Amino acid sequence: MYFEPMEFVNKLSYMGVGMLGVFIIVGIIIAATYGIGYFTDKFIKKD
Amino acid sequence: MNDLLIKLGELFSPIADFAKDGNWKMLIMWAIGGVLIYLAIKKQMEPTLLLPIGFGAILMNFPGVVKVVCLGETSHVLSTSFLFPEEYAGKLCPECGALLTTEYSGIAEPLHELYNAGIANELFPLLLFIGIGAMIDFGPLLNNPKLMIFGAAAQFGIFFTLCMASVFFPEIKDAASISIIGAADGPTSIVVANKLGSNYVGAITVAAYSYMALVPIIQPPVIKALTTKNERRIRMSYTQRSVSKTTKILFPIIISVIACIFAPGAGSLIGFLMFGNLIRECGVLDSLSETAQKVLANLITIFLGITIAFNMSAGQFLNGDTLLIMGLGLVAFIVDTAGGVLFAKLYNLVMKLLKKPLINPMIGAAGISAFPMSGRIVHKMALEEDNQNFLLMHSIGVNVSGQIASVIAGALILGFFS
Repeated sequence: MYFEPMEFVNKLSYMGVGMLGVFIIVGIIIAATYGIGYFTDKFIKKD
Repeated sequence: MNDLLIKLGELFSPIADFAKDGNWKMLIMWAIGGVLIYLAIKKQMEPTLLLPIGFGAILMNFPGVVKVVCLGETSHVLSTSFLFPEEYAGKLCPECGALLTTEYSGIAEPLHELYNAGIANELFPLLLFIGIGAMIDFGPLLNNPKLMIFGAAAQFGIFFTLCMASVFFPEIKDAASISIIGAADGPTSIVVANKLGSNYVGAITVAAYSYMALVPIIQPPVIKALTTKNERRIRMSYTQRSVSKTTKILFPIIISVIACIFAPGAGSLIGFLMFGNLIRECGVLDSLSETAQKVLANLITIFLGITIAFNMSAGQFLNGDTLLIMGLGLVAFIVDTAGGVLFAKLYNLVMKLLKKPLINPMIGAAGISAFPMSGRIVHKMALEEDNQNFLLMHSIGVNVSGQIASVIAGALILGFFS
């Protein structure tokens, strides 16, 4: 059976980069969602 | 008369095969199928999927359903499913050195066709996402978009499991595919495992759906272990902000565009999810929306469940690796839940310093994609602690954001390793 405990440490970089990537993209989506709300509210008020 | 007796003998030859060495594993697969059917009917755990998977698992484990055939001049059958043909397929015949291939008969023949038509090319999971998108109301999320950050935090289990799985699986494509069980999202698991060409698509899919069904059992002890009674009693005010129809229509379009730009691997999944949501929110396609939510989702679920069972022949499913995958899947769900709760506690620490209102850290656990079970569990747990603490809108908001974040995490995994 394959068992290489050091692989856990070797792959930690993927954990860091992966979580950072998720937070960045979700952050962009949050900003875009606030943006949509802001602009559509303004647009609706103008109507 | 002799011919008739010979024919009669041939009719019962599969039963003779049954007595051969190692075939007891077939009975275990029947038992596994039976357990899945029991959980689906008696315990009502994801019955729409566990029932067809369980039934398919029984049907896939009969003599002659899968055969290994030698492609040499004297074409002959080398083994039947009782002898675990997957171990031979693609290798050379030990008798004549010619290439071996796998042939399917009985239930395996249509399931093989369905597998190629709907799972190998990821069509079924994507079509199912249209139905899921049509079912989701992003209203609670649009009401408070910052909740999405907890959906992101709850993907920690995926990357933690990636590290854990690479300890036991030498091929990184397998470790990465196993980690995506932590997405708590069947279609995403299937798409990622297929795209990465994992050898364990069947086990991964079964683990993903089984643990989604077990969310009510897995999450509460983890949440309780990481929170105090006082934390679980924190109330959160909910101000219903009117979300305009334009916002609801623009949201799926803009999210799809962002996903295609920043996480192209998520383009198909997010695109189909948001397409379903756009049908729901546009207001002029009510009949299509209803069809996507009910007829389409039900039809695909029927085919998806039984087709997944194609990967559940004893030779393919019943080995140490499958048990390991089930264990790693459980780790993924636990760490996902812990990641969400701990991130919510960290958020509260910052809010305390800023003297801003605190959030109930349990909502962090709803960031896993198992929708809507996870959101409901958090709401129920809050009510158990304080019967006036209504967290449903917050927890569902986090839960739907987990749906988006899990697809993004899947896309990143694909980006890393495909």
